[in-house]
Amino acid sequence: MSAPAATVAALAKGLAAGEYSSVELTRAYLERIAAAQPALNAFVTITGESALAAAAAADAARAKGQVGRLAGVPIAHKDIFCTEGVLTTCGSKMLANFVSPYDATVVAGLRDAGTVMLGKLNMDEFAMGSSNETSFFGPVHNPWDTKMVPGGSSGGSAAAVAARIVPAATATDTGGSIRQPAALCGVTGIKPTYGRCSRYGMIAFASSLDQAGLITVSAEDAALLLGPMSGFDPRDSTSVERAVPDYTATLADSLEGLTIGLVKEFFDKGLDASNEQRIRDAIAVFEKLGARVREVSCPNLPLSVPTYYVVAPAECSSNLARFDGVRFGHRCESPKNLLDLYCRSRGEGFGAEVKRRIMTGTYVLSAGYYDAYYLKAQRVRQLISADFARAFDSCDLLFGPTSPTPAFPIGAKFDDPITMYLNDIYTIGANLAGLPGMSIPCGFVDGLPVGLQIVGPHFSESRMLNAAHRYQQETDWHLRVPAAFA
Amino acid sequence: MSLSRADIENIARLARLELTEAEIPVYVDSLSKIFAFVGELDRAPTGDIAPMAHPLPGLAQRLRADEVSEANRRDTYQKNAPQVEAGLYLVPKVIE
Repeated sequence: MSAPAATVAALAKGLAAGEYSSVELTRAYLERIAAAQPALNAFVTITGESALAAAAAADAARAKGQVGRLAGVPIAHKDIFCTEGVLTTCGSKMLANFVSPYDATVVAGLRDAGTVMLGKLNMDEFAMGSSNETSFFGPVHNPWDTKMVPGGSSGGSAAAVAARIVPAATATDTGGSIRQPAALCGVTGIKPTYGRCSRYGMIAFASSLDQAGLITVSAEDAALLLGPMSGFDPRDSTSVERAVPDYTATLADSLEGLTIGLVKEFFDKGLDASNEQRIRDAIAVFEKLGARVREVSCPNLPLSVPTYYVVAPAECSSNLARFDGVRFGHRCESPKNLLDLYCRSRGEGFGAEVKRRIMTGTYVLSAGYYDAYYLKAQRVRQLISADFARAFDSCDLLFGPTSPTPAFPIGAKFDDPITMYLNDIYTIGANLAGLPGMSIPCGFVDGLPVGLQIVGPHFSESRMLNAAHRYQQETDWHLRVPAAFA
Repeated sequence: MSLSRADIENIARLARLELTEAEIPVYVDSLSKIFAFVGELDRAPTGDIAPMAHPLPGLAQRLRADEVSEANRRDTYQKNAPQVEAGLYLVPKVIE
């Protein structure tokens, strides 16, 4: 069995046809993971034993005849998702010993669909980063060039799928954390509409922006896995009560008459010229498939990064107040008193970037500054949302680059937070407006992958996946595998 | 905008974060840069635009009935606690 060529769709067919068992498949992936771990550092925890047990159970269920189409397909979860009885670190020293007492709803949904968990994937600490360099467990390396970052914060998910050491992975996106690493690693990423997937058991960063999603080889694979992850959950107060369509049913629909908006502000002076050419080439393919293209403007979009760096840190400072060294998480040695316990446990347990964001958020929420920063940012957020809504009056989907440049070297931007934050200039807008977004591979620049971003109206995941799938039927960028992992 | 060392010490105190001596100048520099950067928002024509309260238009935070819905799992949860005794979380003495 050759793992590299396999998509979730192909593996599901192979399992159904009896070409291999889930145990055989799981063992093959565990071997690939072990072999790649020194070079990529994509995993924090590998759950080999429980994976093989789950695979055996999937095989036994299949022998009895009653299984869903994902039964026995191995996947891995970003280490931000709580997994019962398994270490759940969120990439932080703070949670380096935290064994979750329950499963995230997303994890339970995918397990109930029959998938087999291979382990937990590395990530930027508390999902705060765009390069996977802030992880307490060390950076993840990009499989296309291990000197390069994989993007972040879902860097482990993207690198693992790109290297074909897992068929698919869960991920999360607060400001681009699915789409940007998907672009930098040459894989498919989807961030659904805010509220589509439950946030229960997904360790909170910025609760009005966080959303679970997927990193996969193909749009078809994303369509297969998104259904079981989605739907209403009473345990998440922002979960939306709305039926989940069969995302695979509309994949092959025609793109005749689809109107694609090219957002003028996405093609700004910060966009690398070679990157832009790959995006333009991809758009030409969509035109050949029957789509119409028009330019649209979202004039407030350039303010999305400063807006985000008020809203997200504010919410993070509140969410991370729960880490107090008392109930769970890191506690300092011999605290003098309760205040010392709080301050030293948090000072030692959080890394540099997390502390930077907590302090930024604390300041913008503090007395005298709330109106000037937080309220102002929430007003600008309204303007950005209105820009998108206006664009969707005349377009079905918006297209642009996912990131300004391909992957950059590990260490290159680490010391300059503003430069690092600007990596997410094209992705943050969708989070601020709660919109679904995707990134799909559309070519290479100097051997490094480039991603095309698709943003749709709320709950347009079916249409986005349909467009991405039709493009992937015409191109094979998404099937390219880095030579070292072929 | 420029923050001072005293500003950073005050923010860290509010955030309950102990900083090392080496960390303070790093945050003086980087937070000053961040607030200069987010200062761009001042230019935005927000007028009487209402602040956004929910990312999905027309939706508000759902409330639930005030009813017990979860079983008591104290022992399970306390397995992750740094220090417990007889079902209680232990912290340094608060009242002398």
